[in-house]
Amino acid sequence: MLNNFPLWPEQASTMAAHVDALYIFLLIVTGMMSLLVFACLIFFAARFRHRPGVPAEQIEGSTALEITWSAIPFLIFMVIFAWGAIVFFKERTPPADATEVYVVAKQWMWKVEHAEGQREINELHVPVGRDVKLIMTSQDVIHSFYIPAFRIKQDVLPGRYTVEWFRATKPGVYHLFCAEYCGTQHSGMVGDIVVQEPAQYEAWINGGSTGPLSATGEKIFAELGCVTCHRSDTQGRGPNLQGVFGMPVQLEDGRTVTADENYVRECILDPGAKRVKGFQPIMPTFQGLVSEEQVNALVAYIKSLSAAKPGNAGEKNKTSASSTAPAQPNGSQVQ
Amino acid sequence: MSMSTAIPQPTIPHPVERENYLNKEYGVWSWLLTTDHKRIALLYLLSITFFFFIGGFFALLIRLELLTPAGDLVQADTYNKLFTMHGMVMVFFFLIPSIPAVLGNFLVPLMIGAKDLAFPRINLLSWYLYIIGGVMMLHCMLTGGVDTGWTFYAPFSTSFTNTKIVEAGLAIFVAGFSSILTGLNFVVTIHRMRAPGMTWSRLPLFIWAHYATSIIQLLGTPVIAVTIVLVAAERALHLGIFDPKLGGDPLLFQHLFWFYSHPAVYIMILPAMGVVTEIIACFSRKRIFGYSFVAFSSIAIAVFGFLVWAHHMFVAGISIYSALVFSFLSYAVALPSAIKVFNWTATLYKGSIHYDAPMLYAFGFLGLFTIGGLTGLFLSALGINVHVTDTYFVVAHFHYIMVGGAVMGYLGGMHFWWPKISGRLYPEGWARLAALIVFIGFNLTFFPQFLLGYMGMPRRYYDYSHMPEFQVLNVLSTAGATVLGVGYLLPMIYFLWSMRYGKPASDNPWNAAGLEWKTASPPPTFNFDEEPVVTWEAYNYEQLDAPHKEEVPVAR
Amino acid sequence: MPDNFAAGFSEDAHSESHNPALLHHFAEPQQQRDAASLGMWVFLATEVMFFGGLFCAYLIYRRWYFGDFAAASKSINMGLGATNTAVLICSSLTVVLAVWAAQTARRTLLLISLAITMLLGLTFLGIKGIEYREKFVEHHVPGASFSFENEPIPGHPGQFANPRHAQLFFSLYFVMTGLHALHMIIGLGIFLWLFIMAWKGRFTPEWHTPVEIGGLYWHFVDIVWIYLFPLLYLIDRHP
Repeated sequence: MLNNFPLWPEQASTMAAHVDALYIFLLIVTGMMSLLVFACLIFFAARFRHRPGVPAEQIEGSTALEITWSAIPFLIFMVIFAWGAIVFFKERTPPADATEVYVVAKQWMWKVEHAEGQREINELHVPVGRDVKLIMTSQDVIHSFYIPAFRIKQDVLPGRYTVEWFRATKPGVYHLFCAEYCGTQHSGMVGDIVVQEPAQYEAWINGGSTGPLSATGEKIFAELGCVTCHRSDTQGRGPNLQGVFGMPVQLEDGRTVTADENYVRECILDPGAKRVKGFQPIMPTFQGLVSEEQVNALVAYIKSLSAAKPGNAGEKNKTSASSTAPAQPNGSQVQ
Repeated sequence: MSMSTAIPQPTIPHPVERENYLNKEYGVWSWLLTTDHKRIALLYLLSITFFFFIGGFFALLIRLELLTPAGDLVQADTYNKLFTMHGMVMVFFFLIPSIPAVLGNFLVPLMIGAKDLAFPRINLLSWYLYIIGGVMMLHCMLTGGVDTGWTFYAPFSTSFTNTKIVEAGLAIFVAGFSSILTGLNFVVTIHRMRAPGMTWSRLPLFIWAHYATSIIQLLGTPVIAVTIVLVAAERALHLGIFDPKLGGDPLLFQHLFWFYSHPAVYIMILPAMGVVTEIIACFSRKRIFGYSFVAFSSIAIAVFGFLVWAHHMFVAGISIYSALVFSFLSYAVALPSAIKVFNWTATLYKGSIHYDAPMLYAFGFLGLFTIGGLTGLFLSALGINVHVTDTYFVVAHFHYIMVGGAVMGYLGGMHFWWPKISGRLYPEGWARLAALIVFIGFNLTFFPQFLLGYMGMPRRYYDYSHMPEFQVLNVLSTAGATVLGVGYLLPMIYFLWSMRYGKPASDNPWNAAGLEWKTASPPPTFNFDEEPVVTWEAYNYEQLDAPHKEEVPVAR
Repeated sequence: MPDNFAAGFSEDAHSESHNPALLHHFAEPQQQRDAASLGMWVFLATEVMFFGGLFCAYLIYRRWYFGDFAAASKSINMGLGATNTAVLICSSLTVVLAVWAAQTARRTLLLISLAITMLLGLTFLGIKGIEYREKFVEHHVPGASFSFENEPIPGHPGQFANPRHAQLFFSLYFVMTGLHALHMIIGLGIFLWLFIMAWKGRFTPEWHTPVEIGGLYWHFVDIVWIYLFPLLYLIDRHP
């Protein structure tokens, strides 16, 4: 037990250094503040110990002092706030061309699916030095995807997608924890993040034979009959989906939304909610008819209709997660 | 041991036979049907101590399980029930009532010069509602319990767990009503029942603190009440408000839940701050530094406390912009607390400080609350929060405030006012020892948890066999918990002992300021022989110590 | 009860201290009245927060699913809702009359006003019962047998409401009106007690506090309905 007694988590991502820097700053600042207070406490307690014949001196207060010790802490707090906000922005803004991995959480396991089609359970292989964006949803209750070594965490919700991203900096195996209580085996919902050298990773990813996720999605698109209305010309009863992903969409009710993962998902499961302008409300809902993995595959397929080559979303000048469209209710903004 | 010099008692101790609220009537019904706020306070004292034992017992089992990485003491479901029940019992049946229902009930009328609270019968109703809620919770625990965490997030609590959510929810609902009625009583009493001359600016800061607490109780508790109703409706009547399959939003639950539960933590700490203010003033023999600032900071905490709830949800799926707003406001709410700490410290300056047990608890409070509060700055920083939320860092933070802060304040207050409540003095030597044991045990229990949290150990894990490197810190924490337990047992033993064998107390053994010390210990049923007329400012220690410039008397 | 109604601080009392209605811990009747009044207002503030949480949930979902909520709102009986609104407004009038009657020692008017208030309250509950039954028959009660197919969204021909979102509307409808009805039932209980006290002649111009604060409570329940009615019944209604 005693030979493995770390007191600080490993730094294995680009975010980790930022978070640790802020943490150390906070340790220093709060350390100094508490030392100051404790020093005064101890000093006053000793120096002004009751002595017979020496009464206490009644001091009403001092507005100047009150203002000083309000203003200075407030300024310090604002520095901490601003620094924390900056780190947070970085952490919540996935780079435009990050590799995407789909995650489906369920009691009590993590199901991971790479865009290339490789599937994993409770494990996630990634290459070192590459931006990876996780697009996550839950099949049942709220979970949370937590990688301490990367200093990132994001709750995974039923009914919508949430996103987190990282770039691993050190090969190795790191803890993955579920960090939102989810029932009996909450503490068993743990796994490994396996960070590999690029060559090793290529070997691993090519070992799978299920084919890319988008190809699976294309199959489902045909099997469910989507292709009958969503033709690749203007004659279809439904919108042509070529080039749609990531672009603004005009809705029947006048609003404009961005066709991101949550929007596509919503169209499949609740077509009437955000109907596209100029089309009849005849699309049936597929709620209950498709699994989360199938939805992920369809989303991947529709994304592929917008990309001339992989990782092309950057050309559209926005990322699907940090879209500048107004934040939609219903979580359609993938934050 | 060297204590203060011999006391020229300001008044002669009365013989115990003098009629007071304890001996006025005997018999079970004279207690169960009492409307005397002082007797009701003691009824609460017994009940919350009972629940403290229950919650503490669950804590003991949790820490025992966590001694080893494997889940080998209890099963997973049992452990999940243990931490849930520990949280629910400690929050709703111990911490929230503790100081207001015991010390507040006893002291508010006395401190303002009234004969009772504005609504004595509602006060008794309050206690009965608490008991009913408590019995319901006990029954729920004995017949299977709940395993959702005290936060009972949807959709787990609404659609996925098979445990007795509706019953536990109703128990909390009923206890919440008790809390609302207590707050109502205090607000009306403080507004309408002050003795002549007792202006707002002459009120003890204990009263200001309880006033602020009552505002929160009144405005916040109904929101969790309706949240519980919605969860119960969803479970029992299939009225799915939070069900994502219907288009419902699990985050709506979280917003509604935290809208109360964040202000709730201020319900738990503000009264303790009030207690500590009284103690520091008395044992420094001087007026609190910055009276108005301390008074208004209590109000500011109550107001701002309602504006920060979503800092519990930074990684829950709220937008970046929401997160920014709530982070900023969380720093704003930290400021009034910081101001209080500085004012307390400044009060010590040029004071005449005595180290009796209440003051040791106050010192302990200052140290532990400062650390707990400072770690709140960590949590409010968005970049850090992402890493440490839902880990032991948060657990350590809130235990520093609620146990290191609120419970220390409660114990300090119990020691300070024990002579008034019981008419007896507790044994000072044992009390100082207990204060020290609590302080040491507490730090040993909870400081390692900050380290565990930053390392990444998540909360609510009963099995950490995938991360055996966490064991050393967990063992330290459990060791500390046993020490802490001893520290808590000691006062229970010697308080009971003192009721029979303690030295009789005079009216004002501490020579403290405040109207409660101007009547007998224990007080007569109607508090004062004659209605007080107040012509002096609060904390008039200069006047109190003036006749005895040579020897400043305190207790013993 | 043990501690009540005992003597006050000193024997020289004001004449009112012999007023049997003055409780021992108050110095004078005005203080007691003020305390009761403030107490009721504070309690009503807590009720505002209680219903407020529900209104918040409702407003959020209504904004998200406006069309579906409009369709669902169309299906609840606006006529009955409007009638109930009129019933409650009338009952508030009778409550005001009751308070005035108590202030001016008009015992008969007081009894009649209290009785009519209760009658109107019962009428309200009866009409509510009819509405609920209508919903039950139409399978609009959330649960296993809920059904809301092919209901058009007002103003959007050819578009049908999403039954799942409609179910959310009905869940909120039943919780909100149900809790309101529960408060109404409690109000009826309070007024029954007031009626009995009035019958026994307990209220005088000097002391009729229960009538006043009971009246405050009733007015509050009325106001909650005045918000509920347009929010629930009148979404996107067109002539």
